[in-house]
Amino acid sequence: MKRRFVVETALAVCLIAAPLLLPHLGAAPNTVNRILVWGLFGLGFDILFGYTGLLSFGQSALYGTGGFVAAYLLTRAGFPHVITALVIGMLAAAAVGYLVGLVALRRTGIYFAMITIAIAEVFFFVEFNPLSEWTGGENGLPGVPTPRLDLGFVDLRFTTGWALYPFLAFCFFVGVVIALRIVRSPVGAVLVAIRENPLRAAAVGHNIHAYKLTAFVIAAAYAGIAGGLLGVMQGFMPPDAFMFETSGQLVMQTAIGGRGTLFGPLVGAAVWLFLQDFLQATLNLGATWKLVLGLVFVALVCFLRQGIVGGIRDLYARVTLKPEPAVANAAAVPAAAAPVPLPSRRQPGENAGPILEAKGLTKHYGGVVANEGIDFTVNHGELRGIIGPNGAGKSTLFKMLTCEVPPTAGQIRFAGRDITGRSVTDVCQLGLTKSYQVNQLFNRLTVRENVTIAALAALRGKFKLDLLAGIAGVSGLAAQVEQTLALVNLAARPDTPVSQLAYGEKRRLEVGLALASSPTLLLLDEPLAGMSPQERIETVSLLKSIARGRTMIIIDHDMDALFELAERVTVLQEGRVLAEGTPDEIKGNATVQEAYLGGVHGVIDA
Amino acid sequence: MLSWANFGSQLFNGLALGALLALIASGLTIIYGTLGVLNLAHGAMFMLGGYAGYASYQATGSFVVGLAAGTLAVGVLGVVLERVIIRHFYHRPHEDQLLVTFGLAIVFVEAVRWFFSSDTKTVQAPQLLSGITNLGFMSYPTYRLAVVGICAVALLALFFVLYRTRLGMIVRAGIEDAEMVDSLGINVDRVFMTVFGIGAMAAGFAGFVNSPIVSLAPDVGEQILVQTFVVVVIGGVGSFPGAVLGGLIAGEIISLTSMVNPGYAYVMLFAAMALVLMLRPHGLLGAKGRE
Repeated sequence: MKRRFVVETALAVCLIAAPLLLPHLGAAPNTVNRILVWGLFGLGFDILFGYTGLLSFGQSALYGTGGFVAAYLLTRAGFPHVITALVIGMLAAAAVGYLVGLVALRRTGIYFAMITIAIAEVFFFVEFNPLSEWTGGENGLPGVPTPRLDLGFVDLRFTTGWALYPFLAFCFFVGVVIALRIVRSPVGAVLVAIRENPLRAAAVGHNIHAYKLTAFVIAAAYAGIAGGLLGVMQGFMPPDAFMFETSGQLVMQTAIGGRGTLFGPLVGAAVWLFLQDFLQATLNLGATWKLVLGLVFVALVCFLRQGIVGGIRDLYARVTLKPEPAVANAAAVPAAAAPVPLPSRRQPGENAGPILEAKGLTKHYGGVVANEGIDFTVNHGELRGIIGPNGAGKSTLFKMLTCEVPPTAGQIRFAGRDITGRSVTDVCQLGLTKSYQVNQLFNRLTVRENVTIAALAALRGKFKLDLLAGIAGVSGLAAQVEQTLALVNLAARPDTPVSQLAYGEKRRLEVGLALASSPTLLLLDEPLAGMSPQERIETVSLLKSIARGRTMIIIDHDMDALFELAERVTVLQEGRVLAEGTPDEIKGNATVQEAYLGGVHGVIDA
Repeated sequence: MLSWANFGSQLFNGLALGALLALIASGLTIIYGTLGVLNLAHGAMFMLGGYAGYASYQATGSFVVGLAAGTLAVGVLGVVLERVIIRHFYHRPHEDQLLVTFGLAIVFVEAVRWFFSSDTKTVQAPQLLSGITNLGFMSYPTYRLAVVGICAVALLALFFVLYRTRLGMIVRAGIEDAEMVDSLGINVDRVFMTVFGIGAMAAGFAGFVNSPIVSLAPDVGEQILVQTFVVVVIGGVGSFPGAVLGGLIAGEIISLTSMVNPGYAYVMLFAAMALVLMLRPHGLLGAKGRE
């Protein structure tokens, strides 16, 4: 509790001290103001890029929109209130951001970068041509007034230089406070999850498209207010706010300062403007300063990935943190396989009967038949095993059941509902999820953070805009996370980053992610794959304890383990169901022995 | 005003621009499809091709030498870049690749500005191709007609490399499934280097071909890069036929809209891109694999 506002307090002290100290260091007030505007612009951008992992090269469009809307109101429209105009500009930018986001977020990765560049270029041309009557075209909008706050007893006028500084510093401070709340909220956790592994974030039940759009709109709002402040600061709204250079400069400043740190863009802007001044004025490089800057930037991206703030943070962590607990010690913990407490779980009533029914499930990949006409029913509380040789279509069946891929034909009913064609996110929210054959974890996060992300989806639903709420306030979260960690035997290492886990531990965390979304039906795709014999024994007992009162389907190649675990076993071969029955029936089934068990021997013998 | 001759010449302008865009976009798209790297310095390489060609043209007086020099210089630069910087980024996130190539673009542009100054440079079309050709129904600048032909030849050469050689087979397979190609024991390292070189050459070649039409300036690559992105999004990432089709569509949209009102050229181009994204998110001829 005591440390809660430490960042905010430190920032307030710095902002108050700046006008007292910086003049002695030769900093011009206009440079400081400029840094603050860039820093504010960058706060939103960092939430988009640093936290969510969406690199937009089109922020100039929103910066310009906010700026020109505010400037137009204050100049041509004769609107008198500067602060209200700034807020309207911000809202306009957010609204435009929402529309732009709808288009740009149709695709991810490099597509997103390309589309944002193209959109920003359109805005630039629109400002210059079709809208030039409103925006002043290449002349921009001169005569933007500065803010004045008449509080009755005192009339505050923020004009230029250090007199404008308190206003900008206050805006920046409020911007930081809000940004900090956002990144510490449940939404902030989901945004980071999207950056780390969008596929898994969607699979544990988050509507990642809606969250990305949220991040985009947040960034747009910050860009809009910063654009408005640019006009106020200069007394003139320049058309080059819309230029690609603006977006580029923002991206570079954020990368230089450090992404995912909130303060990176501010530091980057300070470095940028200082370098510009130093190289141009002191070293007399003239226009060549940008060449030097470009070289510095390339070197920085190559060697200091997390930027200046990130670099300092890593250095600090290395100096102050105690060394990692010895690996041998850590590895010994799971071997102690303590009795596992029972999970809390959703009980969907006293249903007997089928929880999952698939009829005629078929999947073709071009000419390749992965599954053909599979009828598959699993009852409540059952533990089903699926076996079959490589290429029998087991994983494809799982992908169809969890709605990762749509079936070519057939129907899936889960808990009485037709889920055919639904999204993997919706299906997870209904209580059906899977652990992956190849680990899909949030690799740069800790064990606890991983499980938290999955639990948040179960507790908050697929989308919720609790932007300003603390993550600790989500009711039941701590309990669910602790129970899940205990269940998969990782309670001893909650704060270890995933990258430092042993393979077996990662496998257990993979199961833990699926468990934390409290499924009623859990699919496990080869949970034992790649494990040592010792780890297998532990994991089998772990699976048994998970299975208590839960419905599960397990694919695995370890037949001894599967026959021990499962109540019924389905055998797939060449995309079809070959046989189904109790483990003893399957062991005794002549067709299965011929096609699978015996077949393998046959091949080896031949 | 709208007249048939005007319309015809704009149609041809669109074809010339489209052919150029197709060539540049092919370079960008095969690099992305094979290496998984979106090269934001592609526009700067286009610009460098123009300047390298310009310098050699000035020195030798031969347009052909200029064209060869522009192409080769950028090709060599591409190979060197791939070896020294880009290959260290294959296993880093997309964002880092974008950042580093963006930084390189700035370095190239500013280096040219430093070396050649910001003043525009005019490149004369070669004697043989200068002047006006009478097409019967209208007169049209000979060089622009030639551009269509030159780009068509270059595209055919690219097509030959991609569809008729072993390298091309590997490249196309890599676009479909990079992991698979990796595990087939093919020396991916060398393929990557070559592909980056070829993609860069396409940009450099187009850069010099374009220079008699649009005067050279250090930032000439930036606009072209944006147009190229639209082309790639419309055509589908990683698809060579998509790049050609997208290039022609984009070229015609820009040029026909300019006939009515140049201010709306980009708006229309963007609208076309948005439409494609809504109806066919993977582009007209794109595969679903690459994201």
